[in-house]
This record gives sequence, structure tokens and C-alpha cells, in this order.
Amino acid sequence: MDRKTKETMVFTAFRGCALLVVLALIVLVGYIASGGLEKLSLDFLTEFPRRANTEGGIYPAIVGTFYLMLIVLGVSVPIGIMSAVYLVEYEQRSVMGRVFKLAVYNLAGVPSIVYGLLGLGIFVVFLGFGASLLSAGLTLSIMVLPLMISAAREAIAAVPQSVCEASFAMGATKWQTIWHHVLPYALPGIFTGIILSISRAAGETAPLMLTGVAVSLRSLPDGVLDSFMALPYHIYFMATQSSNLQATRPIQYATALVLLLLVLGMNLVAIVLRKRYRDKYKW
Amino acid sequence: MALIFARKDRPSQRTRRVTHMKPSERLIQMALTIATWSSVVALGAVFGELLLGAFPAFTSIDLLGFFTGTVWNPAHPLYPLYGILPLVVGTMLVSFGAALMAIPIGLGCSIWLAELAHPKIKAVFKPAIEILSGIPSVIFGFFALVILSQWIYDLLDPTMKLNALNGAILLAVMMIPIMVTVAEDAMNSVPMNLREASLALGATRWETIRRVVLPSSLSGIVAAIVLSFGRAVGETMTVLMATGNTPVITSDYLRSVQTMTAAIAIDFGEVEFYSVHYHVLFAVGLVLFVMTFAINILADWVVRRYKEDY
Repeated sequence: MDRKTKETMVFTAFRGCALLVVLALIVLVGYIASGGLEKLSLDFLTEFPRRANTEGGIYPAIVGTFYLMLIVLGVSVPIGIMSAVYLVEYEQRSVMGRVFKLAVYNLAGVPSIVYGLLGLGIFVVFLGFGASLLSAGLTLSIMVLPLMISAAREAIAAVPQSVCEASFAMGATKWQTIWHHVLPYALPGIFTGIILSISRAAGETAPLMLTGVAVSLRSLPDGVLDSFMALPYHIYFMATQSSNLQATRPIQYATALVLLLLVLGMNLVAIVLRKRYRDKYKW
Repeated sequence: MALIFARKDRPSQRTRRVTHMKPSERLIQMALTIATWSSVVALGAVFGELLLGAFPAFTSIDLLGFFTGTVWNPAHPLYPLYGILPLVVGTMLVSFGAALMAIPIGLGCSIWLAELAHPKIKAVFKPAIEILSGIPSVIFGFFALVILSQWIYDLLDPTMKLNALNGAILLAVMMIPIMVTVAEDAMNSVPMNLREASLALGATRWETIRRVVLPSSLSGIVAAIVLSFGRAVGETMTVLMATGNTPVITSDYLRSVQTMTAAIAIDFGEVEFYSVHYHVLFAVGLVLFVMTFAINILADWVVRRYKEDY
């Protein structure tokens, strides 16, 4: 076989691999969408579940997921951005810088179920928050923290040194430079990181199972110490343990579709945002 | 699965000694320092909490029995058995199966993206990969449970409808985006003039990729494989819903298995607080944590040890 034919064959195989991956995405989304569309309606989104979840809607699960996202927004976004600023702009000792980076890197690799154990041990039991929104929200916040830090770090580090030097040359202090010149340019990138982190938190299931997710609720949680429902857990529960697995199939599909749309929507916004930002600033 | 990867540190770090600070800025710096320490504290808390939770288990059950026991039946009312081996074997069976499928497809896809794809097609394809990595694991699990298991059932007539193969296929789909992101990054960092030198000597593009690009980016490719394998080991919802949750030692992909992650997730639904079973689940979590930690460190080490400087 001559070299050219060999090359053509190998490259065709590579193209096939790439197509296979896209195909997997299309099949996955396609099946969930086609299974969920018929059940999906405004009533389904705004009604409470009835008759042990076999009828009615998923309103409390949507609200619960929304609350969780708010908690994550409030906790891990400020901490994440602050750490990122520190790591890029302040950390001068190479040893500590390395320790911090390794911690973030390893935190990202901790399995989500282990975060569940952490949340159970610390928030539910030790701090006495019980099985509640707060416990679950804080657990998810720790889980997405490394994602938030590394996204913000990349955005901040991408602002060129010359911008800072110009600011220093005008007599600005360090913090003035960061606040008025570095952060504004890094903002779109940080924003992308925020959206991705929140969407990750919205889709996570395993930590919730150990920190207080509820199977069904008749009313929305009143405060952060109440139990809650969440979309991803609702899918898991309905698909594996509901009283009639076959009859509630449409509910399962529709819930999966709602979660998928939520997460994919946020991902798309993040991707578009980043693209526009990259086109706008070419350093 | 958070997407943070081992990568070569770029010299974009700017920690200037420069400039004056107002006294109030010292306060700001202190606040930032505290925020940064939170990651270290969190990692320490994970490890400490697992140790603390697992410790009572090691005083009340036989340690050797835990690590070498071949039966996992913690809920038995009279003679509970806490052998972790079936869970470890289940995890490894599913993860290796997934890696076997994901490595060729993922690397093929990375090479295509880094070396062959037209920029316009790439501009569509890369977001698609990113979106795939953003899909929640419970969706993958649902797909495996409801759709893929039926396909496997119709095609292969497996012993059990929910089986290791079912989980492995979906895990492979989850591993590929991680692998592609890291491996493509590594291939992109191979300088153009190496390729040009090879092409100028008369090599075809494939020969250039095989003899120049792949060897030059080997550390990144190995790290990509190791990292995505680590994520597969730690994945919970997909395997929980797909593999049928039977803790047995088997090498048969058409049988049902249970992974460490799935055992923790499922058993915590009914376990009594502070019972032996409860503490043993923390011990399983500890083993899982140590395994994934070691895998991550290995990936980081590979990148650093075999780093090519251009």
C-alpha cells in the first residue's frame, strides 16, 4: 500500500471518530427531546407533583434547583474570583503558589459523591444544618470552586502585562490597577466561568443524595434550613424508584428535557459570550 | 466532573513585587489570601472528614477483611460482610471498559481537531465537544437506563439487562470530551516549524503526525488518558443507573456490577447513622478518594516530568 492511500485511510478513520462523538451528542439530545416534548407544558412546569409524583408537575424541583444555583452564586463566585486575583496578581512565593495550584487541581478531581460525604459530615451533622438547602448548596459550592477559580484565573492572566504597567506608570496603586484595569477586561471571561460553574452545580446529583434532597414536597422551602426538591434527583428517583416506572416514563423524559435545556442553554450562553469576547480583544 | 486539567504552566504569571500599596490595600490583600486558602482548607477537610468518618469502621471490623473480602453484603441483619473487593472490581471493570472504547475514539478525534479539521468546521465542533462535557451525569444515566440498555438487550441478549457494558459505553462518552480537550491542547502546543521541517523532508502529513507531532505531545496525551480515567473512576450517577448494582466479582461485561461510588450513593439512602455500615461507607469513600487523588497526581507528574520545552 503506498503512503498516500495509507494516509487517506487513517485520516478517514480520524474523521469517523470525530463524527461518532457528534453523533453521540445528537442521539442523546435527540432521544431525550423526542421523549420529553409531548409531556412538556406550562402546567408541567408550574404545578406541584400529585399522587406520589405520578401526576402533576415539577415546580418545586425547578425552584429547588434555582435556589441551589443562587447559593452557589453567592458563595463560590466571590471566593473563586478573589482566589484567582490573588493567584495571578499577588502570590510571589513559588512554593505557596504551587501548593495553592495543586490544591485547586486536586479539588477538581475529587469525585462528586465524596463531596457528598464531606457535606454530610460537616454541614449536615457537625454544623447542624441538617438535611437542608443550605447543606446541599454549600456542598455544591465547594464542588464548583476549583472550576470557578481556574476560569477566573485564566481570564485575569490573559490581560496583558502592558496594561498593568501603563497603570502603574500613571501612579496607580496595585489595587487601583487591578480594580480599574485588570478586572474590567477580565470580566467577560469571568462571566463565562460563572455561568459554567452554576450550570455544573445545577446538574449535579450525587452530593444532593447525601445532603437533604426530598422525594416530593407539598410546599416550597420556606428558608435555607428546609428540605428541597431538585431536578437531577427527581430524574434519578422517578427513573429508578417511583411507584410505577413505566407509567411515569413521560414525566421522567420531560424532567430530563427540562434539566437538559437549562444546562445546555447556560452552556450556549457561555460559549457565545466567550466567542464575542475573544473577537473583541485580541491582545 | 469539573474540567480542570494538568497543563504546562505558561509564563503568563505576573506576580510583581512592584508599586506602592495604600494601608487599606494590605487589608484587601489579606482578604484575598484568606479566600485562596479556602481551597487548601477544603481539600484538607475532605481528607480529614473521610478519615474521621472511616476511623470507627477500622476499629470495629477487620481491616484485612475489608481490603481482601470478596463479599459485600453490609445490609445483612445477622452476618454483614464488608469486603470492598467486589466494588473495586466493579469500578475497574467499568472504567477500563470505558477507557478501551474512549482512548482510540478520543485520540482520533483529538488528532483530527488539532491537525486536520478546517477552522470553520472546528469552530462548530469544539463547542459541540464542550456541550457534551456539560451534560449532567444523571442524563447520561437516564439514557443508559431507558434506551441503551434496551438496545444492548436486543442485540447481545445479555445475562442481565443492566450490565457493566451499559455503564462502560456511557462512561466512554463522558470521558471523550475531557480527553479531547487535554490532548488537543498538547498537540496544538507542538511548534509549527517541527511539522514544517518534517514535511519539507518529504514526509506525508500522516507520517508527520505519527513521527513528529505524537511523540512531541506524548506527555500531554498520556495525561489526557490518565485524567479522564480518573474522572471515570469517580463518576457516580451514570454507573449507578446503568450497571444494575449487584456487588459481584466478575469479568463478564454482560453481567450486573456495582461500583464504589454507586454503593456509597445507594446505601446512604437506608443506612442508620453511626452504625458500622455508615462508617464502612466512609471507608469506601476514603479508598475512592485515595485512588482518584493518586491518579490525578500521576497525571500532573507525567506532564511535569516529561514536559517538552520549545
